[in-house]
Amino acid sequence: MGGYVVRRLLLTIPIMLGVALVCFMLVHLSPGDPLVSVLPPDASQALREQMISLYGFDQPYVVQFFKWLFNALQGNLGTSIATGRPVIDEVLVAAVNSLRLAVLATLLGFCFGSLFGFVAGYFQNSWIDKLASMLSIFGVSVPHYWLGMVLVIIFASQLYWLPATGGGPTGSDGWQWDWDHLQYMILPAITLSVIPTGIISRTVRAVVAETLAQEFIVGLRARGLGEAAVFRHVVKNAAPTALAVMGLQLGYLMGGSILVETVFSWPGTGLLLNTAIFQRDMPLLQGSIWVLALFFVSLNLCVDIFQALLDPRIERS
Amino acid sequence: MTTSPVVDPAQVAPLVHRSSGYWRTVGGRLARDRLALVVGLIIVALLAMALFGPWLTPHDPYATSMIRRLRPIGTEGHPLGTDELGRDLLSRLILGARLSLFMGITPVVLAFFIGSALGIVAGYAGGWLNAVIMRTIDVFYAFPSVLLAIAISGALGAGIGNALLSLTLVFIPEVARVAESVTTQVRGRDYIEAARASGASALLIIRTQVFGNVIGPIFVYSTGLISVSMILASGLSFLGLGVRPPEPEWGLMLNTLRTAIYSQPLIAALPGVMIFITSISFNVFADRLRAAMAVRS
Repeated sequence: MGGYVVRRLLLTIPIMLGVALVCFMLVHLSPGDPLVSVLPPDASQALREQMISLYGFDQPYVVQFFKWLFNALQGNLGTSIATGRPVIDEVLVAAVNSLRLAVLATLLGFCFGSLFGFVAGYFQNSWIDKLASMLSIFGVSVPHYWLGMVLVIIFASQLYWLPATGGGPTGSDGWQWDWDHLQYMILPAITLSVIPTGIISRTVRAVVAETLAQEFIVGLRARGLGEAAVFRHVVKNAAPTALAVMGLQLGYLMGGSILVETVFSWPGTGLLLNTAIFQRDMPLLQGSIWVLALFFVSLNLCVDIFQALLDPRIERS
Repeated sequence: MTTSPVVDPAQVAPLVHRSSGYWRTVGGRLARDRLALVVGLIIVALLAMALFGPWLTPHDPYATSMIRRLRPIGTEGHPLGTDELGRDLLSRLILGARLSLFMGITPVVLAFFIGSALGIVAGYAGGWLNAVIMRTIDVFYAFPSVLLAIAISGALGAGIGNALLSLTLVFIPEVARVAESVTTQVRGRDYIEAARASGASALLIIRTQVFGNVIGPIFVYSTGLISVSMILASGLSFLGLGVRPPEPEWGLMLNTLRTAIYSQPLIAALPGVMIFITSISFNVFADRLRAAMAVRS
């Protein structure tokens, strides 16, 4: 067990380095002058050169990269050009908002996905199974930003049940777990939960069907166990896979919620990225992508280790 | 004139029956699959819209009118109403198929060629070449696909070319991973060993022995990516990172019509319906193709 964890941790280091390299290169991919948004257009040549050496743009890329990485690892991601505040502060505030939304969406997806998956796996080829597989295809094919708009149209602009956009009655800060705040979260969370629902239900259905076809289930029934006891064995077999998929989906939602966050003006990393892109705020873009990718890689690592803990067979393969 | 003793060759039954071939079997299975036929027809209709769009539009899709803005569905002369600038929505949805499908399908086609080449080479060569290619690909896998696409096109700036480039970069690792894993499985087979023993070069073996055995699964997998690619490509335009106005593209139309969700909600939602239909059709078709080709997902 310990050997597996160490090996898996070591494998993550070069990936983390590669991720940092990609994030670093993003700034240099962007066309045009990196100083265009800090300097006035009529800046003197002397001021320009002073800024270039201040930002270190005159040094070789390798030096720039390791300097950036060294600072980034200490939590110094530079200063946002648009707001003048440290990038790390902006990213962390937004990341907490995104995480709250992503966790709720993932939990919704896990509950509905497992429910549909279990029912479909138990009653294979029945109408319930067909309905569940239709819902699952629907979930992975629907453009979620459009679904968000449709939900806003129905529940905000027609029925007036829920607020259309925003992160709370007082804007982006001062979050509390009460109805005044929660109602802002309902529509974006439902929108985001559609993809994990589809994927988890598909996975759970496959695992349940596979488990039910195994001989030990016949054995359990032959020994006179009731359906409830058999069901407990099926759940035990399906749970690790379902939980692993749920963990991975949380990572995808954290990184992939930008479109939905834009629709709902949710004050998370998606909205932050949007601002960074359109204000050409490269340090902010670089920093938020780096933090999101690190979160994704670490989450994948945790899921792998967690799976190995639950299922000792993984270690041997 | 005597009749020729030679029998007309056309009347002799062939001694050997050629088997109908794998791809023909797959085609036959698809033709008997009603769901596959329905979504296949929808896809053909969408492609026809993309190809013949300019000849199908009832109005000029670019003609704006300040007095006929946001007319409801069923307005005379504008069966699907007009958009926020008074342009005929039906015409724009039809012409929008062109850019939307182009933006959704091109990255997958490019990634299919580049990703297969990388994956087959990595899988066949093994060793250090495999390690270099696959570890590089692992890095791109460490980003959620939506994030990677938005990060790259965000850094490069808005535009069709940049959006295509970023989506291609997102899908290459996915295709390459599948290609590498199927090639690695084929690589150890006896017939490859036999070809190698007979002195065939690596390139010849890949072309004649490996290619035909791995291209099926890679193709099916890539077909499944079109659905994701459609959603992502329109999503980039929705954010303002892909197609630029006034060109009609469904994602961009969805974005500009967001101002109308209170006054004309049905019209505001229409472009999304087109994206949804396209995406679900490709998804179901890929699923039926996988079943017809008997590829395990």
